[in-house]
Amino acid sequence: MRVPIGWLAEYVDVPAGTSVEDLDTAFVRLGLEVEEIHRPEQVTGPLVVGRVLEIEELTGFKKPIRFCQVDVGEAEPRGIVCGARNFAVGDTVVVALPGAVLPGGFEIASRKTYDRISDGMICSVRELGIGEDHAGILVLGGEGADVPPPGTPAGPVTGLDDVVIELAVTPDRGYCLAMRGIAREMGTGLAAPWRDPATATPPAWSGAPAWSVAVEAPERCDRFSMLAMEGLDPTASSPWWLRRRLTQAGIRSISLAVDVTNYVMLELGQPMHAFDRDKVTGPITVRLAREGEELATLDGTTRTLAAGDDLLITDDTGPIGLAAVMGGATTEIGDRTTSVLLEAAHWEPTGVARTARRHRLPSEAAKRFERGVDPELTVVALARAADLLCEYGGASVVGGVVDLDTRGPRPQIPLDAGRPARVAGVAYTPMQVAELLTAVGCSVDGDGTDLLVTPPSWRPDLTDPADLVEEVVRLAGYDDIPSVLPTAPPGRGLTDVQRRRRAIGRALAETGYVEAPSYPFVGTPALDALGLADDDERRQVVLVRNPLSEEEPALRTTLLPGLLATLARNLSRGQRDLALFEHGAVFPGGVRTPAPLPGVDDRPDDETLAALLGAVPAQPWHVAVALAGSREPRGWWGAGRPATWADAVEAARRVAAASGVELTVQAGERAPWHPGRCAELLVGDVVVGHAGELHPRVCAALELPARTSVMELDVDALPAAAVAVGPPISAFPPVLQDLALVVRDEIPSAAVAEALRKGAGELLESLRLFDVYTGAPVPAGSRSLAFALTLRAPDRTLTGEEAAAVRDAAVAAAAAATGAELRG
Amino acid sequence: MSGANDPYDPKQVAALSPEALDDAVDAARTAFAGAADLEGLAAVRPAHLGDRAPVLLARRELGALPPAARSDAGKRVNAARVAVTEAYAARLAELEAERDARVLAEERVDVTLPWDRTPRGARHPLTTLTDRIADIFVGMGYEVADGPELEAEWLNFDALNIGRDHPARTMMDTFFVAPEDSGLVLRTHTSPVQARTMLSRTPPIYVVAPGRVYRTDELDATHTPVFHQVEGLAIDRGLTMAHLRGTLDHLARSLFGADAITRWRPSYFPFTEPSAEFDVWFPEHRDGPRWVEWGGCGMVNPRVLVACGIDPEEYSGFAFGMGIERALQFRSGVGDMRDIVEGDVRFTRPFGVEQ
Repeated sequence: MRVPIGWLAEYVDVPAGTSVEDLDTAFVRLGLEVEEIHRPEQVTGPLVVGRVLEIEELTGFKKPIRFCQVDVGEAEPRGIVCGARNFAVGDTVVVALPGAVLPGGFEIASRKTYDRISDGMICSVRELGIGEDHAGILVLGGEGADVPPPGTPAGPVTGLDDVVIELAVTPDRGYCLAMRGIAREMGTGLAAPWRDPATATPPAWSGAPAWSVAVEAPERCDRFSMLAMEGLDPTASSPWWLRRRLTQAGIRSISLAVDVTNYVMLELGQPMHAFDRDKVTGPITVRLAREGEELATLDGTTRTLAAGDDLLITDDTGPIGLAAVMGGATTEIGDRTTSVLLEAAHWEPTGVARTARRHRLPSEAAKRFERGVDPELTVVALARAADLLCEYGGASVVGGVVDLDTRGPRPQIPLDAGRPARVAGVAYTPMQVAELLTAVGCSVDGDGTDLLVTPPSWRPDLTDPADLVEEVVRLAGYDDIPSVLPTAPPGRGLTDVQRRRRAIGRALAETGYVEAPSYPFVGTPALDALGLADDDERRQVVLVRNPLSEEEPALRTTLLPGLLATLARNLSRGQRDLALFEHGAVFPGGVRTPAPLPGVDDRPDDETLAALLGAVPAQPWHVAVALAGSREPRGWWGAGRPATWADAVEAARRVAAASGVELTVQAGERAPWHPGRCAELLVGDVVVGHAGELHPRVCAALELPARTSVMELDVDALPAAAVAVGPPISAFPPVLQDLALVVRDEIPSAAVAEALRKGAGELLESLRLFDVYTGAPVPAGSRSLAFALTLRAPDRTLTGEEAAAVRDAAVAAAAAATGAELRG
Repeated sequence: MSGANDPYDPKQVAALSPEALDDAVDAARTAFAGAADLEGLAAVRPAHLGDRAPVLLARRELGALPPAARSDAGKRVNAARVAVTEAYAARLAELEAERDARVLAEERVDVTLPWDRTPRGARHPLTTLTDRIADIFVGMGYEVADGPELEAEWLNFDALNIGRDHPARTMMDTFFVAPEDSGLVLRTHTSPVQARTMLSRTPPIYVVAPGRVYRTDELDATHTPVFHQVEGLAIDRGLTMAHLRGTLDHLARSLFGADAITRWRPSYFPFTEPSAEFDVWFPEHRDGPRWVEWGGCGMVNPRVLVACGIDPEEYSGFAFGMGIERALQFRSGVGDMRDIVEGDVRFTRPFGVEQ
């Protein structure tokens, strides 16, 4: 809502010395957020009112040019050259005299042009910087109009010094989408006298109702008022002050009839519509749309109407208006319209919201009706509009007013006067509560602490005691509320899941990975690039109905597309050695049942609630890493170490360790990994993720460096960590044994290690693979694995014989399980 | 050599004379001092402290003295022997110190050489800032609640008093999920966690819910369609707006310094009433101390309590929510939202693991 301060001052006696900043503060304190303050660019130097005395049409130039004699209040008129043609002798205009500087730094000087001396400039709205009106010269009035005499400084006349404050009005306060509501708020906020522009009494209309009207859907329209006028001068244009205010409010001037309805809407908050009376055929009926009906609306669009929900204004020809939202083209006011039907009605807000949303028509009218309009205003608005059309268009009222009013009584809200104090923690007195509610426009009955409050007709948002409490606290001022820290009962700290997520992030960061969260949107090409099979479960996605990008309409089922895109972005920006991680939710698709939409008047029953929560799909928390370039850079110590599949597997082990879980690794095969360099990550028998090198085709498709390695793991699939048990620590000396085993290449080292562990038994304290060797004398197709065993007993020093027995048993077990042979 | 009972023979015990002992000591001192290094010292040691050294030979002569003279001479010999030993030890220490100094000097390295063999990692500042905020509330006794990003429409809107046709619903710029009757949205705020919490717990409730939320805004310097909020909810007997202010002031001080406070502006949220937007006074702002818009708050609307099965006549509560990106922007002086979301390691790395 754009509020011109000059307009506001018409209703509110703004105290002298109030600055724009004071107004800004007052608006904010009232809960009307100031979005922007528009200060028109100032004109400096002489700018005066002038009257056109003579016009000489110059010919022989590329375009028609006028040389005018203009009375600017001096002894002699001034000669001024002008290219515009929308003014006549006798018109009052605005003249910039030599020495004036117009917005944009345009200096006016006396100069020779088109063979004449031009001694100033006749200004347009645009040149004055007060609007985008292209119509040409700003004509303040014609011959005999009530305008200031020539020579009067034009700044105040044109409203050049008008500041416009643009407010963001919250959806509960529709009444602030009009000067009337703003005036009330500011009167209260500034503690200044103010006048309600809606108190004008309608004139006495006589005769039969001007039109036959029936409302078939009173639950959607509880008041419908109409007035007919005729004798409208179709050439009459809106007065400058009115056009000016519309411009300031951001509304284009169209014609007098349309401008007047818009002006009354801005002034009073009652949206109106003007029909060309001669184009309306037969009685008007307000009813719901029927199957297959269409309506061409004023914006030139033909709309298919929703049967049973879109509310229409119809005549014998069918729909002529989409109620509360937009008028129809067939009855539009045209440049030959001389008689009009003015409509002002009160529509049910949620129906308006549905229609406006359905047809994507967030019109000024719909915006107000959705938020609630004062139902008392229909006839007042008609009277105001009739006045203006009479004064500026020569129109007169025909017949009596139509006013179909089926409203019920307004309910009273019981309010305990102590309630605002209990909510705010501020000791308001009952008297203060009553005063503040009265300032809002409520009528307050009852004495003592049991109040009965009737909210004003323009505040449909006030329905509950809580709504009244808010008004009291707001008007008393939020700054009065003290700061008191409550004492919460003792909490239990973070949950195990929350601690685990933090631990994983820290562990990876401490290991050199940089966290890189990405948007969870993916498209099919990204899944194709990963080489996912057609039946891969990661292709079952959840689709967004209104994605930001049609290329990425789905939610991720794996973290890899986002993470690899981030990797690529970093590479494209000149990074070479990268280790990234991301952890977050993924969104597996699949068949689901729709989530129910229960009512809100009570807690949903347990069954409905279970269905509701059950319809929200599980969104497992994944962690992924991606590596490219060197894991360790080259340095003065020597060469660097390239990142490999092994780093990706190690990252998974770190994640598991941070989660307090033991991970086992075996060879696996899964897209997008290299089939020979993919580790399947397991906890017990459950596969929780994969790690290794990307398939070369994937690297090529995503233009990533060869050997880029990744890991992805489902953190939610990790079992809860058991409480760690402190092991007994033996103080007896260890026996260290190294042994080398020759095994065939296809035997995984983990299998050999596992067999050794089993064979060695309880005396084995630790086992570590410290070398892998191929080449002579190890036969081709085999390799030598060297293990270091630490043996120790809890209760004694091991003898040489015992140690040798353990070693022999370990080797025997490895031989039995894997065919390993002890290397000589 | 003289036996114990031999008659006194002054010639035979010349070695015990004070002069002879003094000479022996002097000779030892000179020899030791003359040794240039540890090898030299080792070479001269036998002559002065070995079995044949004068002071040790003199000791053997003591037996030749008459008993009356022995005590005196014994003391003299001992003193001489101690003097020689001390001279040796002193010189040895000197030479060892010299040698150590030389060896250590030779072993000197350039300690400024970098050893950055493992690159530094970092957690994203949105993560660490979220944790920090959560920890402040955990310190106040709150628990941290989680909720899904793909959320039931009823919990995201209806339960929070945002009806089907409420203008606030269209203002939320929601991502809807297929099919049309799925009843699911990408949550537009963390507030559905409020509803989940109230539906699953009984008061008193003190929870904070950080998380990722979605609005259909294009990414630019100040907007991102995917962002983070922290939501707080307290339901208890007798909670007032004063308690809400106290809580937010405490958060502001914990996060932005002892001088930080909050300022409220009346506003509207369907799920709170009264509602306010709040600004925080941030003394460390890079463009000078100032008020910064941060979040929204209010008393939980009784209608929300009812929809979630809590009796509004017995309990009241407050709720608040703020943007983490916004906090990161002003707390860490980040000018462009895109730097926060693009995952450039040059942006994230300086924040480290816990910043």
